[in-house]
Amino acid sequence: MTAITATAPPRRASWRPGRLRWFISDVAVLTGRSLARIIREPETLMDVTVQPLIFVLLFAYVFGGAIPLPGGGGYHEYLVGGMLGMGLAGTAPGTAVALVTDMSTGLIDRFRSLPMSRSAVLAGRSIADLLTQVIGTAVVAGAGLAIGWRVHSPAADVVAAFGLALLFAYAFTWTGACLGMVLRSPEAAQQIGFVLFLPLMFVSNAFVPTQGMPGWLQPVADWNPLSALAAASRHLFGNPDPAAAVHSWPMQHPELAVAGWSALLLVVFAPLAVHLYRRKSLS
Amino acid sequence: MQDLAIEAAGLVKSFGSTRALAGLDLAVPRGGILGLLGPNGAGKTTAVRVLATLARPDAGRARVLGADVVREAGEVREHIGLTGQYAALDDHLTGRANLIMVGRLGRLSRREARQRADKLLARFELAGAAGRAVKTYSGGMRRRLDLAASLIGSPEVLFLDEPTTGLDPRSRAVMWEIIRELAAGGTTLLLTTQYLDEADQLADRVAVIDTGRVVAEGTPGDLKAQVGDDRIELALPAGSDLAAAAAGVKAFAAGPVTTDAERLLVGAPVPARPGLTTEVVRALDTAGVEVTSISLRRPSLDDVFLTLTGHGAADQGSTRQDRHGAPGQTEG
Repeated sequence: MTAITATAPPRRASWRPGRLRWFISDVAVLTGRSLARIIREPETLMDVTVQPLIFVLLFAYVFGGAIPLPGGGGYHEYLVGGMLGMGLAGTAPGTAVALVTDMSTGLIDRFRSLPMSRSAVLAGRSIADLLTQVIGTAVVAGAGLAIGWRVHSPAADVVAAFGLALLFAYAFTWTGACLGMVLRSPEAAQQIGFVLFLPLMFVSNAFVPTQGMPGWLQPVADWNPLSALAAASRHLFGNPDPAAAVHSWPMQHPELAVAGWSALLLVVFAPLAVHLYRRKSLS
Repeated sequence: MQDLAIEAAGLVKSFGSTRALAGLDLAVPRGGILGLLGPNGAGKTTAVRVLATLARPDAGRARVLGADVVREAGEVREHIGLTGQYAALDDHLTGRANLIMVGRLGRLSRREARQRADKLLARFELAGAAGRAVKTYSGGMRRRLDLAASLIGSPEVLFLDEPTTGLDPRSRAVMWEIIRELAAGGTTLLLTTQYLDEADQLADRVAVIDTGRVVAEGTPGDLKAQVGDDRIELALPAGSDLAAAAAGVKAFAAGPVTTDAERLLVGAPVPARPGLTTEVVRALDTAGVEVTSISLRRPSLDDVFLTLTGHGAADQGSTRQDRHGAPGQTEG
């Protein structure tokens, strides 16, 4: 026993300086792992491709005609700003499902027995999800163009709109990551994700202007981060934006509101997810 | 001063009210192969999880290659490989992609990871399936790939948690061969098993673990000497005198005679000697004891347990079931 205590070499010090480099390497490897799966099984992309496509068509041609816009403007142009947020936030349950699946197999034990970075599993997943969200955004934009959506603003504004949307999407992914750490089965993650995110999507101005909602519901919808994202996108694209007439801080400053919401989600849910991951994996 | 690769002292770990480890002590010298033998629920897996830094002990301490498994977990992880009971693989990736991923996460360069992956795939007879998703693999292939994954970083210390449980005899033989090869190469091994036979074949020392602590330790030969070479079992017809039969068997027994009044069974460890069965039958016949059947077999884990702990394997049902697949169990 004494021989062991005497021989402990201080090797940890030598790999600490390379920590950031290894963290980046680990995240890259795990991002690659998630992307490799997508390439092998493209049907896993359904939630960012087929699903938003169906919603675009449903709202453009079924519900849209019955939804009047205060201040005028075409519903098809109005729709795309809302669809962006809805498509992006809709991937969070997928994040939860993927992580619950990982946690419930022995794979997490394998990762934990390796000298890799602890938080790389979550970071890798979030980055892979961000890349799928880029695909989802392209699908929504493509579908929008097909139904007659056009931008009427400088290129810089358009870039800013997509940038904000992806920033928010990345931050929102971490709520899914937390959910994935709390739940036990992929089925539960799927269902609870649906139950939580559906009201979030619809109690917003994503599809319907909030002006038509009951008075008590309006502030809820106006403070919904997805409303801010939709309003910011519409504003930056130069599309019809009835929310500009709503006297609520996030609707008056939608870009700031999206940035603020994103920062808040990141600051709260990213550390929380990492904490939950460490606690859960060290049972 | 002995150079220990693995040492544990007084490890305690509870899950709720269940005490998985109750003061476990272990010591494995560098290059040694320790078989951790015990039934389901004895604490084997928990012991491996603590030593491989996956679980924190409630009390006690453990070191792997001199590094504390709690305070210097990162250091420990750089030198260990772990193969658990469930193949820890990404089902959706190919076998090769899995190995490269684990190699990269284990601090190999891209080139090294590829080279090691291809070498291991060839060695484990998986080269043909290297490009297929792991979900299409058979159980034996998954286990082999899992073991390959834990070897990709060339660990100095390898933990194998029931590496052959549930495998068919052929896959089991392949695993044994690989484990022997690793041992010959100087890797320190800690392998858990429910099979005495497996510990006998692979380990140079065996620790028998029961309810979270080591109840016996020694070479496989030491342990078997305690159990007796063979085991005789008699079934009696209804209405027989169990005590008379037990007394008759006792004259030949090398250890305690056990009886099962409900099923009318008598069993005992006996020395391996030709003609012993005949002698027992003759002796019982003389004593007026009738016998329905008599069998002679190699000692099983249950017998080791009975002898060492005074009670049978804790989780009888599953132990019995799992033992069906064990090779080398010679039923007499």
